[in-house]
Amino acid sequence: MRFWLPAAIMLIWFVMAIAGPFFALQPDYIQLDKIIAPPGDGSWFGYDDLGRPLGDRVVAGAQTSFFVALWVVSVSLLFGTVIGAASGYLGGWCDHVTVRVIDIFLAFPGILLAIAMAGLMGPGIDNVVIALSTVGWVGFARLARAQVLSIKHREHVQAAVALGTGQARIILRHLIPLILAPLIVEASFAVAGVIIGEAGLSFLGLGIQPPDASWGSMIRDGTRYMLVAPHIVLVPGVALMLVVLSVNLLGDRLRDRLDVRAAARDRQV
Amino acid sequence: MLNIVISRLISALLVMLGVSCLVFFLIHLVPGDPIEVMLGESAQLADREALRHALGLDLPLLTQLVNFFDGLLRLDLGISLHSRQPVVDILLERIPATAELAVAALAVAVAVAFPLGILAAMRKDTLWDSTSMGVSLLGVSIPNFWLGPMLILLFSLWLGWLPVSGREGLASLVLPALTLGTAMAAILARMIRATLLEVLGEDFIRTARAKGLDERRVIGVHALRNALLPIITLLGLQLGVLLAGAVVTEIVFSWPGVGQVTIDAIQRRDYPLVQAAVLLISFTYVLVNTMTDLVYAWVDPRIRLQEGG
Repeated sequence: MRFWLPAAIMLIWFVMAIAGPFFALQPDYIQLDKIIAPPGDGSWFGYDDLGRPLGDRVVAGAQTSFFVALWVVSVSLLFGTVIGAASGYLGGWCDHVTVRVIDIFLAFPGILLAIAMAGLMGPGIDNVVIALSTVGWVGFARLARAQVLSIKHREHVQAAVALGTGQARIILRHLIPLILAPLIVEASFAVAGVIIGEAGLSFLGLGIQPPDASWGSMIRDGTRYMLVAPHIVLVPGVALMLVVLSVNLLGDRLRDRLDVRAAARDRQV
Repeated sequence: MLNIVISRLISALLVMLGVSCLVFFLIHLVPGDPIEVMLGESAQLADREALRHALGLDLPLLTQLVNFFDGLLRLDLGISLHSRQPVVDILLERIPATAELAVAALAVAVAVAFPLGILAAMRKDTLWDSTSMGVSLLGVSIPNFWLGPMLILLFSLWLGWLPVSGREGLASLVLPALTLGTAMAAILARMIRATLLEVLGEDFIRTARAKGLDERRVIGVHALRNALLPIITLLGLQLGVLLAGAVVTEIVFSWPGVGQVTIDAIQRRDYPLVQAAVLLISFTYVLVNTMTDLVYAWVDPRIRLQEGG
């Protein structure tokens, strides 16, 4: 139950995102006689303030959140890991500069920097990905650096150095594979953060632009009609909450399964 | 202790310098012409040049940077493009509202998190534990821009107990503070549970129990005090997250604070105001974290006495 329910929700999210285009949905199809119509009458989720089917728009919003999460987490994981691992392994001034840069990025609380960037670049899905990735790589870099610092003096690394292995190869083949477990756990929680981040930017009007659907912009549109049509804000909100909750639950399980904390403790000894 | 204070302050200053540079360069790093983004594609050439000149964007980059820091030191960050007022004045006017919201949210978070976390730790692996941790996981997973509207729907529109939005009297503070405090309460409760469980496994707790102290005293005096250190750190870090969350919460509740001004400025492409607001929020965050570090050092005798202070 604690595994299968969240896993099932994730699967539904995944299928909606990947197979959505094949469902012949009409998220932008306006039916004027159905404006703010509640669920029932042949539709499960009702219609929004323009008479568009909410169910179809939730699926379209799932695509948005899925692809933004996929891109942002992949880009952040890649850049963050390589920068952090290289900085931790190489040390010296390169490490000093990286640590300072990380400190500066961490001085912007939460998604503030992403809000400012998305605002300056103008709205759009590409800019959302750029803004959230600019914020996202820092966490991975800090984690990768700390992990590399704790394993860089191991014998197999010394052996590789003694054999004349290049620095890039040591970082990519001998260090990064060993620190993947905590990074994957971090990535799973980052997915939750990015989903909320995208929805938040879209809620503020800085993300996905109409008529494209995002759960965040659907919530924003729905808040105007809460008294007469609460389903408009309820449907995308529940979808968002269920997906984020499932990601967090599975992330918790992944952390326990990969035993990240215990592994980190062993390495320090 | 003095050495710690000085080194923390220097590193805070360095970070603030870096933050200022990043905020300054943000407009240059963003692809495209910022003037075109501000005025739109159809603007007249003369208008563009006038705005470019007014913002000083026609000067060499280095001169711009020097002017920017010169203004920062004199607390003069330019004039708002929209209201023509000095941006510093606009922000100063809004600080009390945001501070009020943040303090109230912090109070909510602490008031909810401590009982929840302590209960979960004392009744580990029982229904109490799983329920309170389930509630806290839910709290982490509900974004504040959805929780806010839900609370408005329930308490303002359906029950009619509290005002929908605005800042008039204590009643209008309740829902924004709940919205903003929930995520922090959830994270804090999990942290309190984890640290308490760790401390409860220590030898001195066994000693305290062996002496026959009642459980309330064991938890309240012996365990909680030792668990407090990591909790203080988290509290400091979370206060920053609270500031960022305040931006969204203020939008939801039309709360007239710094966050609302920031988003308004972003939507109007009021560049000097955006710059100043982002600087204000991150400077506050850096200062709060530095103070947390210092409190941490002061509370922990192992750090305080380390340098012979």
